[in-house]
Amino acid sequence: MTHPEPALNLSPPVSDEVRQTTCYMCACRCGINVHLKNGKVAYIEGNRDHPVNKGVLCAKGSAGIMQHNAPSRLRAPLKRTGPRGSGEYEEISWDEALTLATSWLKPIRDTAPEKLAFFTGRDQSQSFTSLWAQAYGTPNYAAHGGFCSVNMAAAGIYTMGGAFWEFGQPDWDHAKLFLLFGVAEDHDSNPIKMGIGKLKGRGAKVIGINPIRTGYNAVADDWYGITPGTDGLLVLALVHCLMTAGQIDLPYLAQFTNAACLVNEDPGSAQHGLILKNEDGKALVIDKRTGKPAAWDGAGVEPDLGATWRHKGVTHRPVLHHMADRYLSADYAPEAVAERTGIPVDRIRHLAAEIARTAFETPVVLDREWTDFRGKTHKTMIGRPVAMHAMRGISAHSNGFQTARALHLLQILIGAVETPGGMRFKPPYPKPATAHPKPHCKVTPGQPLNGPHLGYPQGPADLCLTGDGTAARIDKAFTWENPLSAHGMMHMVISNAHAGDPYRIDTLFLYMANMAWNSSMNTSGTMEMLTDTDENGDYVIPHIIYSDAYASEMVAYADLILPDTTYLERHDCISLLDRPICEAGAVADAIRWPVVEPDRDVRGFQSVLCDLGARLGLPGFVNADGSATYADYADYITNHIRRPGIGPLAGWRMGETGLQHGRGGANQGQLDSYIANGGFWVEHVPDDAAYYKPFNMGYQTWAVKMGFYDSPQPYIFQLYCDPLRRFQMAAQGVGAHQPPDHLRGQIMTTMDPLPLWYPPFEDGHVDPVEYPLHALTQRPMAMYHSWGSQNAWLRQIHGVNPLYVPTRLWVQHGFKPGDWARVSSAHGSITVPVAEMAALNDNTVWTWNAIGKRKGTWALDGDTPEATQGFLLNHLIHELLPPRGDGLRWSNSDPITGQAAWFDLRVKLEPSAAPDASQPHHPGMASPVPPAPGHLSWKVGT
Amino acid sequence: MHPAPSVIWFTTLSGLGFGLLFWLGLGYPVVTGWAAFAFFTIGYLLAVGGLLASTFHLGHPERALRAFTQWHTSWLSREAWLAVSALVVMAVYGAGLVFFDNRINGLGWLGAAFSLGTVGTTSMIYAQLKTVPRWHHWSTPVMFMTTALAGGALLAGQSRFALSLLAIAGTALLGHWMAGDRQFGASGTTLNTATGLPGQVRSFAPPHTGSNYLLREFVYVVGRKHAGRLRMLALVLGFGVPILCLVLPFNHWLAAVAVLSHIAGIATGRWLFFAQAEHVVGLYYGKR
Amino acid sequence: MTQLPETTTRKLGLVIDLDTCVGCHACVISCKGWNTENYGAPLSDTDPYGADPSGTFLNRVHSYEVTPETGPAQLVHFPKSCLHCDDAPCVTVCPTGASYKRADDGIVLVNESACIGCGLCAWACPYGAREMDPVEKVMKKCTLCVDRIYNENLPEVDRVPACVRTCPSGARHFGDFADPDSHVSRLSAERGGMDLMPEMGTRPVNKYLPPRPRDVGGDIDILAPFLTPVTDGPKGFLGWLDRALSTLPGGN
Ligand SMILES: Nc1nc2c(c(=O)[nH]1)N[C@H]1C(S)=C(S)[C@@H](COP(=O)(O)OP(=O)(O)OC[C@H]3O[C@@H](n4cnc5c(=O)[nH]c(N)nc54)[C@H](O)[C@@H]3O)O[C@H]1N2
Ligand SMILES: Nc1nc2c(c(=O)[nH]1)N[C@H]1C(S)=C(S)[C@@H](COP(=O)(O)OP(=O)(O)OC[C@H]3O[C@@H](n4cnc5c(=O)[nH]c(N)nc54)[C@H](O)[C@@H]3O)O[C@H]1N2
Ligand code: SF4
Ligand code: SF4
Ligand code: SF4
Ligand code: SF4
Ligand code: SF4
Ligand SMILES: [Mo]
Repeated sequence: MTHPEPALNLSPPVSDEVRQTTCYMCACRCGINVHLKNGKVAYIEGNRDHPVNKGVLCAKGSAGIMQHNAPSRLRAPLKRTGPRGSGEYEEISWDEALTLATSWLKPIRDTAPEKLAFFTGRDQSQSFTSLWAQAYGTPNYAAHGGFCSVNMAAAGIYTMGGAFWEFGQPDWDHAKLFLLFGVAEDHDSNPIKMGIGKLKGRGAKVIGINPIRTGYNAVADDWYGITPGTDGLLVLALVHCLMTAGQIDLPYLAQFTNAACLVNEDPGSAQHGLILKNEDGKALVIDKRTGKPAAWDGAGVEPDLGATWRHKGVTHRPVLHHMADRYLSADYAPEAVAERTGIPVDRIRHLAAEIARTAFETPVVLDREWTDFRGKTHKTMIGRPVAMHAMRGISAHSNGFQTARALHLLQILIGAVETPGGMRFKPPYPKPATAHPKPHCKVTPGQPLNGPHLGYPQGPADLCLTGDGTAARIDKAFTWENPLSAHGMMHMVISNAHAGDPYRIDTLFLYMANMAWNSSMNTSGTMEMLTDTDENGDYVIPHIIYSDAYASEMVAYADLILPDTTYLERHDCISLLDRPICEAGAVADAIRWPVVEPDRDVRGFQSVLCDLGARLGLPGFVNADGSATYADYADYITNHIRRPGIGPLAGWRMGETGLQHGRGGANQGQLDSYIANGGFWVEHVPDDAAYYKPFNMGYQTWAVKMGFYDSPQPYIFQLYCDPLRRFQMAAQGVGAHQPPDHLRGQIMTTMDPLPLWYPPFEDGHVDPVEYPLHALTQRPMAMYHSWGSQNAWLRQIHGVNPLYVPTRLWVQHGFKPGDWARVSSAHGSITVPVAEMAALNDNTVWTWNAIGKRKGTWALDGDTPEATQGFLLNHLIHELLPPRGDGLRWSNSDPITGQAAWFDLRVKLEPSAAPDASQPHHPGMASPVPPAPGHLSWKVGT
Repeated sequence: MHPAPSVIWFTTLSGLGFGLLFWLGLGYPVVTGWAAFAFFTIGYLLAVGGLLASTFHLGHPERALRAFTQWHTSWLSREAWLAVSALVVMAVYGAGLVFFDNRINGLGWLGAAFSLGTVGTTSMIYAQLKTVPRWHHWSTPVMFMTTALAGGALLAGQSRFALSLLAIAGTALLGHWMAGDRQFGASGTTLNTATGLPGQVRSFAPPHTGSNYLLREFVYVVGRKHAGRLRMLALVLGFGVPILCLVLPFNHWLAAVAVLSHIAGIATGRWLFFAQAEHVVGLYYGKR
Repeated sequence: MTQLPETTTRKLGLVIDLDTCVGCHACVISCKGWNTENYGAPLSDTDPYGADPSGTFLNRVHSYEVTPETGPAQLVHFPKSCLHCDDAPCVTVCPTGASYKRADDGIVLVNESACIGCGLCAWACPYGAREMDPVEKVMKKCTLCVDRIYNENLPEVDRVPACVRTCPSGARHFGDFADPDSHVSRLSAERGGMDLMPEMGTRPVNKYLPPRPRDVGGDIDILAPFLTPVTDGPKGFLGWLDRALSTLPGGN
């Protein structure tokens, strides 16, 4: 018998209209379908056609509706009325706000442009903001990369012209073995999850190398709970095993890397340790056919990995010989590294064997003919299906650059980069370091800077130093302390500006970075620097302008707030000139557009910069008649021309015969074309160009056609890195540009042209016996830094962040659920709730990142769990290492790139009585926005 | 389980009320006129009061009538029917006694049956729940019904029955506790069966750090540590004191003390009935 | 209505793959979003920006730590929503008939307009799959997105539950368990799909795929040969290199 059931409408209307744009609940930039009812956002889902997320959406993306409607949204420009940090403001008009900003910025531009420090957070318009800063003329511009993952980016670019991070990805469709080093979430949030899903679906093996086993590492078939900071050792031990067993891809090494390039062996020579070059600067190899040196890229050349070359009494040996010398030595034998890494010898050997088997016994061979840059045609594309990926677990250490280099060495050694089943670059990468700009810092009052701020130095001559050898940039990027700081060093700006070292600035202009909280090391100290006054009672940092969209902690420290829109209310451009959304098999860019209009007096920050640029009369932003060149950002996106035929967006450009992609003139209908296409443009890499990209002429010609570069840029992978060697030579006293003496030793040991491992610096400055534990943070998949907590749905998932303690310590200290502990580093201490975790490295404690909030912020009401139990590890981390009696303060960052060494942190831990709130507890501040509602029943439809 | 006052008072009072009505139906005591009016009023006040209390925990009391529709599967629905039938039948029967000095035995017996049945169905609402092993046991209806009978006898002034029934009900309650304490273990439900995961399984993190309905409703751990003392209190107040009062020479004050003490004792017992009951869903949260 | 249908024509439900779920909570929020705007009353949140935020969710993701006899501890992310049981106690206890199981596809639903909010069905559910909405005072539960899976206003491909559509790692699968050849039936058969709390006799339709064995390592005897040394130290390596290079076709 069946039962009467209520009538049910199984086809209710879903929405009045769907508008497709790009998510910005994080930097992954997935495509979203925004469903509207009665003109309001009703539901957000993934865009199935989008190259990044193919329809899926993460928790943050789906919670966008709560972000867009968050009570914490700023409503109008704000002018500070109370003291800095009080949160007391008055709302002012845009005209007043921009007039005020101009009155600060105009005079310093005319006299000393460097007195403006303009730094941006996870800015997705860096090609635009940097253009603005360049036109303004200050050398002091960068985005957040310096404290994020520049180690990863720089090591990759210098080694292989592409990197993990956003520049490369595993070949999810062919990989049979996947090694994931130090990743909790990454920028590629959805693609990595989709990829792991694919691997699992195919029964491929996933291996997680991570002190903490959550998320990706929880689904890993094998887990290696490594000791933080020692991956370089593990990786080079794998290299040791593979080389010892001859399990390396010789043809690949010979043809596509500088393993066959010849290194000068004469200690007396000014070229000692540098790669032998011909008169037009091309690295030389021995050509098998002739036995004579030949340019690496000579037609038909067959580089000989074995041959040495004696010339004018100087011996030259191929790079591979140097690798043998180093990596076959007992220092890198599993037996030598097991204890330090915490990985037993047999597990290391096991991993090495598994890599060897997968790479060489089960290769992937695609029947695709392709021709390399030497004119040699290959019948097939041979792949070594061992894919690797790594992120901040590797890069956020002071040995991160060399560890990342070591990882790339391992990948390249087995022929698993840009080959089927290995790692693939995302257009416009690959792009060698030499094809990137060099840093520029020449200031002329009233004039633009002499070139792009950031770049890839090739040697000491390219550093950003003034005549007297002091830093030209406020963050001291590109100095001897960290010569290759390719992304700048945002984490040093506030402390340097406060110390007036290298010089004082007038205006600190920040965009989208919560520097007064989770974004800074030494958070409490940073707040003091921002509020500190000089003998006349004036603020040491005279002016602070900040653009935020929400009532964050940083808002309270600015004198002038330029309120931004939410990501659904503005134009944005995710450009190939910037950090694009490409996939390995496709080039793509995208836009955001106002799918709903703001209901507040707020403006898109980029549009505000266009206006401000015009008011300041910046070249490129103002017309001869003084009118603004760009009415707003949309106007810029459409009409700005970067290089002939190249603009911010590559899709639907104007050609002679009509619309075309890649190159072309401005097209007034371009944004409409994007909107009609779902907010993005994508074009697939031709099959015969899909792999071996750096060496594949098919790809090179396609890349030129697309406008990534103006002429083919084939290159070979730099296992041996000449630029590093040049700095070493300088440290040895060779050359015109000389480092200060106290840095010679550091440069000699760290800037080695071949990857090596050295202990994280903190180990040398902090007593490992007193501070035996490593303390880490992880990204929660359902939270984005500090923004997540203003989201009514997300904050229910992560409202507090206990410190997870390994079972060994849990038992040792007799902790019980609900207990608290005092955690101390050489810099400070915090008192926080603890929780037990068994799937954790025995000497590591960790917590979720950026859950702790300051009372009174984010429109959260009073004693929220985020403010009373939540906490930041940042209070324990300092931008400088503790003094070690040499009279110097060494920076807590990678000595090569300046990457902030967040994860070098060492701590000790003791049980503590539960305080009434996690410590340190900062007093609440006034909220610039009205109180939030007491409950939500969110339905916009009827 | 969350010991909501509404359900505690509901089960306590209506149990007592229907217990009284049960005895009146059987004609213990045979009363008429004002005396009958007094007895019936007390019975109805308790029974209906209890029922009303139970509607306080309804989200939509205005739809309460719908609760009559599902008698063929739902004990709650059956309870509704029996309660109403009992009240209607006893009303007619009572009217006969009060206004016409006329006792229709058949009606009385029927009403008594309905009254006891109501208590039975109430107990089955709990006893049927596999999800709360402590309740899912025959001792639950026995405990509810004996308690109602004893309380009813006490109110009806049937000292003879009351004495023995109080003793029996007290034992039943004790038995229910002793059985109950073993139930969860006996149910075989563990975090392993809940998750299907083998070996040593521990809840690492709850799905949300924020609180939720399930935790509030099902994972009530407050005050359990006092259970031992409260059980003693329930027994003494609910049964010991009344029995003592009954054996002492009769006196109205003693009778009043007996009843009030009984009510207090039963209420305490019912608080424990909920507070000590563990819902299997707690396992998912690493709690019981 | 609260009598259960003896049989249902189809058995629609989910397969949840514990081997693949990375615990990202995407399904939790897409579910919250869809069901706040659609079927019945919105899923409300009390004190959403205050000290004790608490909302109604139809799908929540737990995390469990599993410590095996040998090998390192493991973490399993564990999503849980209504399992649309064949012998659904939540249905039979309902006094009003608001709670029912559809004879056509086996979906268990609450007819909110008939619900008196007594909460008994939530008491009867072993899995915590039902939550009383604090604002609307009616019982909320997973609808298996009954307003999506047949919805003609959605493109064919999108006629799946919101949580399934959004799951980035593809750990959630939707289909008909009554059809032995369906994707979900086969997955469940191949990977040993499990019932939660079988002893409750609820006969859940949703199946959970157990995590594959972890940290077992490959067979070292098979692997060992791959590391047979060709050299001891740099000198030997160069010798091997020459030999190896000379054997390469065309020298490379
Ligand atoms: N959901 C979400 N996604 C995000 C963000 C977010 O806030 N939320 N932030 C975005 C940003 S700005 C960034 S930079 C990326 C960062 O993405 P991730 O690189 O994933 O950054 P973390 O979350 O810091 O994860 C670092 C991981 O490295 C591990 N680890 C730490 N030290 C070591 C080590 O020495 N060795 C190894 N092997 N592992 C180690 C930690 O346990 C952790 O799992 O994520 C981006 N994506
Ligand atoms: N302990 C510890 N600290 C860390 C890290 C760590 O791993 N551990 N990671 C570091 C890393 S890699 C990073 S990238 C930083 C990230 O730290 P931040 O870059 O500070 O990231 P958020 O906290 O998201 O802050 C960004 C600010 O941008 C604002 N915002 C959000 N949307 C918009 C918008 O549309 N327009 C504007 N104008 N503003 C907006 C937010 O309100 C917030 O105030 O944290 C760093 N700090
Ligand atoms: S990963 Fe999530 S938050 Fe980030 S862009 Fe994609 S959907 Fe949005
Ligand atoms: S969306 Fe998929 S991977 Fe994420 S928690 Fe849900 S089931 Fe797991
Ligand atoms: S899971 Fe719970 S709510 Fe869903 S059908 Fe089964 S018993 Fe009912
Ligand atoms: S809460 Fe609603 S659906 Fe649940 S049992 Fe009561 S009436 Fe039925
Ligand atoms: S099927 Fe629909 S209602 Fe059920 S959990 Fe998934 S999204 Fe939520
Ligand atoms: Mo970052």
